[in-house]
Amino acid sequence: MTRRAFLPVLVVVGALACVPLVVHSDVVLNFLVTALLLTLAGQGWNLLGGYGGQYSFGHAAFFGTGAYATAILQTRYGLNAWPAFTFGIAAGAGVGAAIGALTFPSGLRGSYFALVTLAFAEVLRILASVAPVTGAGVGILVKLDPGIHALQFSSRAASYWFILSLVAAALVVNRLIEGSRFGAWLVAVREGEAAAQALGVDPTRVKLTAMTASAALTAAAGCFYVQYFLFIDAPIAYGPWISVEALLASIIGGVGTVFGPLLGALMVKTLGEAAKLVTGDAPGLDLMLYGIVLIVVVWIAPRGVAGIGERCRAWFARGSLGAGDTAA
Amino acid sequence: MTSPILAVENLSKRFGGLYAVREASLTVEAGSITAVIGPNGAGKTTLFALIAGFEKPDHGRILYENADITGESAHRLARRGIARTFQIVQPFAGLSVLENIAVGAHLHVAQRAAALEAAAEVAKRLGLEKVLNQPAATLTLAGRKRLELARALATSPKLLLLDEVLAGLNPSEIRDMLPVIRSIRERGVTILMIEHVMQAVMSLAEQVDVLVEGRVVARGTPAEVAVNPQVIEAYLGHGAAARLAGGAHA
Repeated sequence: MTRRAFLPVLVVVGALACVPLVVHSDVVLNFLVTALLLTLAGQGWNLLGGYGGQYSFGHAAFFGTGAYATAILQTRYGLNAWPAFTFGIAAGAGVGAAIGALTFPSGLRGSYFALVTLAFAEVLRILASVAPVTGAGVGILVKLDPGIHALQFSSRAASYWFILSLVAAALVVNRLIEGSRFGAWLVAVREGEAAAQALGVDPTRVKLTAMTASAALTAAAGCFYVQYFLFIDAPIAYGPWISVEALLASIIGGVGTVFGPLLGALMVKTLGEAAKLVTGDAPGLDLMLYGIVLIVVVWIAPRGVAGIGERCRAWFARGSLGAGDTAA
Repeated sequence: MTSPILAVENLSKRFGGLYAVREASLTVEAGSITAVIGPNGAGKTTLFALIAGFEKPDHGRILYENADITGESAHRLARRGIARTFQIVQPFAGLSVLENIAVGAHLHVAQRAAALEAAAEVAKRLGLEKVLNQPAATLTLAGRKRLELARALATSPKLLLLDEVLAGLNPSEIRDMLPVIRSIRERGVTILMIEHVMQAVMSLAEQVDVLVEGRVVARGTPAEVAVNPQVIEAYLGHGAAARLAGGAHA
């Protein structure tokens, strides 16, 4: 793995880090924070779904577990936010490993895997909406206590830098995986499980590892959600919205690419806001517009925004090759 | 005679009420090329799946390097040195040729750069060096068969199971492939192959096992097997051997 492979990550993160120095509008920064939050959740989804080909419809299970663990440990057990945040990530990873261990060894894949993950998230949502420990229907409010010691930031810029550093870490993790043996195995499992197995790859173990790491990233997004909004309840934590947006961001941006979730999250969020602006106060109309634009985007770029660039490159490369080179 | 690298003993596999493989036994000598032939539906591919760990046998056992490997999963067997190709080629379509082969190389090489280097080396041996960076999906069938072979070879196997690597190739492509297979054996890899192309079996294999309805009905050198009455009957129907013999006398 060469250092050059990390150059694009450095450039993009560096550019994003400069934004609060130029833009001071709280509205814009808030928008960017939520986009980066979605990016992080999407990066988790992309690791398992994009690289590993295991399309989960239930990443809310990890997002919510991270969020609840962080909130409960702070409010009920008086734990400091830093260890609570770390435990939240670990708890999400644990749920990921558990769901993976229940589904992968029995050979669940494709739409069955998607449905089972959705079911797990829904079960957790229902449990969270009745269990006393999660605050049942009321939810949990985290006490306002701004300062770095409590991982709460009174300025939007500081929050922005905090979530950006998490996204940056996830970008680096993705890049590292891409250039590793594990990454090669993960993609091989996506492209053909039997063929991968014939080459010595243990598909169950590879998928399980990917699911655990994937859950950890999405859980981190949940932990951040709590620290930013200081509130969590069952529909937010385990609701289908985050599962759908996490996979949407990855698919729109480009599955199985390092920058896909970032591009996708920015697009999805921009689209949502733009639709609201255009349609004004008419309820539901923005969602319709949003849906139509999504369909068009997927139609034009089935491999995502990152895929468009790749396709152009491949097209130019093919143009410059001789016809003899295409035959084996 | 050297000791066999692979010994299959009374292997049976049933799907529902139908025996795909029935009490089949065969041995493969280390360093040899052994062919399994038989009419369509004889159970050849199932036999391969059993040996390579993709199916578990109902009865019988499989010995590899004198160790009982019956029922061991495919990825473990790959680590032991058993590699296979698939009759219906299964390239990782979204990856480049080089990346495809590198997955095989990663079995024993952890580092990415080293695996890519090893993969390029194998690709060169199989004449794939010009298409290294093409997506596997753009290869012709002949190219895909070579890729299938290259990937398996990249795992540095001791025993290579080839499931009809010549099927679907035209005569000139087959002619190009024969020396490739021979050179693999010359590097010390034992080969067990399923093959319908008799020209290839005749010129490559030292021993041929004939599988009919899940059983091994004949075994010998290609020349011996070709005149075996049971084999002729299996391919051409009941009484064919006698008619052929009668025709020869008349």
